[in-house]
Amino acid sequence: MQGGSGERAAFGQKTAELAVAGLFLALGALVVYDSVRLGATWGSDGPRPGYFPFYVGLIICVSALVNLARAALSQRDGNKPFVLVGQLRMVLAVLIPSAIYVALVTWIGIYLSSILFIAFFMRWLGRYAWWKVLVVSVATMVVFYLIFEIWFKVPLPKGPVEALLGLG
Amino acid sequence: MDEIQSLIHGFGVAMSLKNLALMFTGVILGVIIGVLPGLGGANGVAILLPLTFGMAQTPGGATSAIILLSCIYWGALFGGAITSILFNIPGEPWSVATTFDGYPLAQQGRAGNALTAAFTSSFIGALVAVIVITFLSPVVANFALEFGPPEFFAVYLLTFCAFVGTSKEPPFKTLAAMMTGFALAAVGTDPVTGTLRLTFGSHHLLTGFDFLVAVIGLFGIGEILLTLEEGLAFKGASAKINVRVVLETWKELPRYWMTSLRASAVGCFMGIVPGGATPASFMSYGVARRFSPDGDKFGTGMVEGVVAPETAAHAAGTSALLPMITLGVPGSPTAAVLLGGLMIWGLQPGPLLFVEQKDFVWGLIASMYLGNIAGLIVVLTCVPLFAAILRVPFSVIAPVIIVICAIGAYTVHNAIFDVWMMVVFGVLGYLFKKLQYPLAPLVLAIVLGDNAEASFRQAILGSQGDLSIFFSNKLVGFMTTLALLLLFWPLVSWLLAKLRGRVEPGRGSSA
Repeated sequence: MQGGSGERAAFGQKTAELAVAGLFLALGALVVYDSVRLGATWGSDGPRPGYFPFYVGLIICVSALVNLARAALSQRDGNKPFVLVGQLRMVLAVLIPSAIYVALVTWIGIYLSSILFIAFFMRWLGRYAWWKVLVVSVATMVVFYLIFEIWFKVPLPKGPVEALLGLG
Repeated sequence: MDEIQSLIHGFGVAMSLKNLALMFTGVILGVIIGVLPGLGGANGVAILLPLTFGMAQTPGGATSAIILLSCIYWGALFGGAITSILFNIPGEPWSVATTFDGYPLAQQGRAGNALTAAFTSSFIGALVAVIVITFLSPVVANFALEFGPPEFFAVYLLTFCAFVGTSKEPPFKTLAAMMTGFALAAVGTDPVTGTLRLTFGSHHLLTGFDFLVAVIGLFGIGEILLTLEEGLAFKGASAKINVRVVLETWKELPRYWMTSLRASAVGCFMGIVPGGATPASFMSYGVARRFSPDGDKFGTGMVEGVVAPETAAHAAGTSALLPMITLGVPGSPTAAVLLGGLMIWGLQPGPLLFVEQKDFVWGLIASMYLGNIAGLIVVLTCVPLFAAILRVPFSVIAPVIIVICAIGAYTVHNAIFDVWMMVVFGVLGYLFKKLQYPLAPLVLAIVLGDNAEASFRQAILGSQGDLSIFFSNKLVGFMTTLALLLLFWPLVSWLLAKLRGRVEPGRGSSA
């Protein structure tokens, strides 16, 4: 990777602060909304179900507003980078495959998708020889199979391939 | 002495061959977990907790399960020191202070001394804390037997307000994170009326958010994403430890008895009040530097600078279990996960545990002594092995850890939805960590949310909605006042700083 582009800031500190505080505000508002729907007052038989969450939501909103205001007024955070482009690229290089991995688990079970996932990392980021990739990824999952399914008898999600092998 | 007798009985429970084997397994797993980035005490225990569901059903199984999990915790506490000293990477947040003098020592070729000092002082810190637990917890539990709902809510309030008052993060961020935890805990069926809350029609949310999934995502995936930012390579000093180095260091250690004593006191105190191991280690390092005759040489590789934070961190990590078993209020995220485990196994944590589950409680306490001895033996003999794990390139370790986290999240409820939640929590954990939103109060709130709400509702139901119930007697009034004081402490200290700034315009808070 060329040195220059990775050093740029992908997001500023201020943007990140504002976005996360906004997220908290939305969450707090959602909690307050649902609590009011359920009844946040004192009913005939004591506090109604929304009583406690209502105040929890209220405190989230107030804290979020304070954090928003502090972030908006802060001079110091103005030009500070939150994450550099190169760092963000690294993080996404793991996050996106992880999301695809979880989607794969739903379809083909955890064993095959984990083997693919580990193999992908070793080959793509580590540039290992194919035989090493194969040995490590398959061996890891065999070990996990023995620990979880055999020793602790905890079933893990399986797909069509395991069914073919007669392991499902 | 009742306690001694109970303890001897506890040793009888813990000494079975099966439990001793579990102890060593737990410690070894724990050290590995502590050494690996992305797997810490809290989420290591969270991942392995589902494996104990079956184990806990057998007679005496709950004791074995807690021994396994608590030994993972001790192992993780030991393991954090290895990476700090050899690689200058704190494996756990409470080992950050250990890097200050530990890594310089390793660079001078004295890694063996630093490691021996760290392990030995960890052991001593833990031992002091276990002795405190042995004698103090029956007293506390006995005292707490008298507690009603208002008192319990006051204890919860105190715990959570202490986070706001003592954490280094901005108070409103602490508050936002903590209340988010409470909101997540409220999702699902209302325990009192059975009404569905905050589910918005989703059937995945009927059972609520599981704290185990949150812990695995926030600490596990979040930590991996943070580690990735730093790059992929670990460079570290080599670990050579032999009998001669160990004995040589042991000969040196008694010199620092005063430091150890102070560190243990700081650690025990910070562990019991929910300050946690991390601030304890920093505080102890600071105190040691101030009192030591070699204070100005701290940071250049002083053995004393390793002894102080390690003793305190281990003492705090261990004593965090005291409020957990006596009051049902954990002092650290890992203790919170253990507490969650207790509830899943069908044990109600709190003062009644000492009356109804004597075998369990004293077996656990006895296993703390044995587990830490096992830990010391394992780490002193196997350091090179554990250090070798860190030399496995990150492109192999990272996907394997993510797979472990995914399996851990799945096994909680056998639900793929939880694995998705883990990824979401991972992103949140990454963002929160970078923006200084503390994770510990969030996790504690998810675990304790339902209990805190229940005791709050019972208390105000008794008083017909009158909040003065929380000041109705000396004890509960004292705790509530203390809690409020801690809650507003950041405001008070800010005002004080402002005032002082006005009186001494030259020195005050510089804008």
